[in-house]
Amino acid sequence: MIVHELVVAWKHIGDLLDGAALTVVLSVVAGASSLLLGCGLTLVLMSRQRRLASVLRGFIELMRCTPFLLLAYLVYYGLPSFGLRMSNIQSGLLALLLYHGAYVAQILRAGWLARPREEIEAGLAFGFRGVLLARRLILPNLWTSCAPALGNQMIQVVKDTSFLTIIAVPELTSAANSLQSNYYIPFAALFSAVFFYWLICVVIELGVSMLRRKAERFQ
Amino acid sequence: MNFTQWGLEPGPLLLGALVTLGLTAISIALGQVVGLGLALLRRQQWGLLSPLLAAYISVIRATPLLTLALAVFFITPALGYDISAPAAAILAMTINTSAFNCEIWRGGFAQFPRDQLDAAKAGGMGATLRLRRIVLPQVGRQVLPLLVNEMTILIKNSPAVAVIGIVELTRTAVRIGANTYRPLPPLIAALVLYILIIWLVVAAQRYLERHYKARLT
Repeated sequence: MIVHELVVAWKHIGDLLDGAALTVVLSVVAGASSLLLGCGLTLVLMSRQRRLASVLRGFIELMRCTPFLLLAYLVYYGLPSFGLRMSNIQSGLLALLLYHGAYVAQILRAGWLARPREEIEAGLAFGFRGVLLARRLILPNLWTSCAPALGNQMIQVVKDTSFLTIIAVPELTSAANSLQSNYYIPFAALFSAVFFYWLICVVIELGVSMLRRKAERFQ
Repeated sequence: MNFTQWGLEPGPLLLGALVTLGLTAISIALGQVVGLGLALLRRQQWGLLSPLLAAYISVIRATPLLTLALAVFFITPALGYDISAPAAAILAMTINTSAFNCEIWRGGFAQFPRDQLDAAKAGGMGATLRLRRIVLPQVGRQVLPLLVNEMTILIKNSPAVAVIGIVELTRTAVRIGANTYRPLPPLIAALVLYILIIWLVVAAQRYLERHYKARLT
C-alpha cells in the first residue's frame, strides 16, 4: 500500500516541488524583509523618539499576543474595507512581514539591552554618533549575538507560511493536501511535505551556525 | 447592549473561545507529561533510542502544526483507526508541543550542576529519588517560564486545527464575518479574546512563581 502511494506521489512530484518552491520564495522574501523591518524598528525603539518608540512597543506587544492566522485574515479581509486590494500572495507576505518584523525587533532590542555599555561609550568617545554609531559598532555585534534567536525566528517564518494555505496560497502544505485528497495518498503526500519542511529548516540551522563560525573567526 | 448592530455575535464567539481553550488546555496538559517523559528517555543510554528520539524531535520541531494536523487526521484512518476531528486536533497539538517541551527540559537538565548529583549519590539516594527530590524541583522552577512561553505559542498556533474542520475561535470569527459581510468586527473581537486567554496563562505563571518563591524562604 505504501509502495503504491510512493509511486503515485513520485508521478506528481512536480506539484510538490512547485509548492516547496513557493514556500521557499515566500520564506526568503518575508524573512529578509522582516529582518530589515525589525532592524529599522529597533533603531527607532532605541532612539530618543520616545513617543514613536512607545507606539511601536504597543504594536510589538500586540503582535506577540496575536495568532498569525488571525493577522493574515485581518490583512486579507480587513484591508479591502479600506480600499486596498491585494492578491492572496501579497496579503500573505504583508502579514508575514508585519508579524515577524515585530518579533525580530523584539529579539534585537533584547540583545541590544544585554550588550555591554562600554562598547557604546567607547564609540561615543571616538566621535561616533547616531546612525553611524548604530551601523558601525552596535548592529554588527548585535547580528552575531542574536544569530541563534534570529535563526529560530526564520524557522518560524517558514512554518507560518503553512497558514497561508487557508487563504488559498498554493504553497507546500496546500500542494500536499490537494495531492492527498485527489489521489488518496495521505501517507506519501503529507510525509513528503514534512520532509521538505525539515530540509528547509536544516538548511537554515546550518546557515546560522556557518555564519556564527565565520563571525567568531573575525573577533 | 446591542452587539449584533456592531456585527458581533457574542454567543458563537464565546463558544469558539471555549473550544480553543478546551483543546489547548488538554493538549498542554498531555504535552507536559509526554514532553518530560521524552526528555527523561533521551537521558538514557539505550542503544539507538537516543539518536532516534533526536531525529524524531528535529523533524517534529520543523513541521508546521497545520501540516501535522492534516497528517494525523488523514493518515490515522488510512492505517485503519477511526479518529474524530477533535481527537486528531488534540493528538497533533500534543505531538507538536511535547517536542518543544522535551527540548526545554533537556536544556534545563544539561545546565544542572553535577556536584549536587554527586552529593545526593554520596548520601545514598537512588536514581529515582535523586530525580524526584533533587533534580525535578530545581530544574522545574528554572524552566517554568520557558514552558509557559511554549504554551502561549501553542495557543497562537491553535487556529491551524481549523483546517481539519474544527470550528474554534478564529474560524468562528471568519464565519460570522462571512455572514454579515463585515469581517473586521468579529476578527477584532477574537483578537481581544486571544489576548485575554494568553494574559490569563501568563498571570498563572506569575502566580506560580510567587508561590514557589514563598515556599523557598
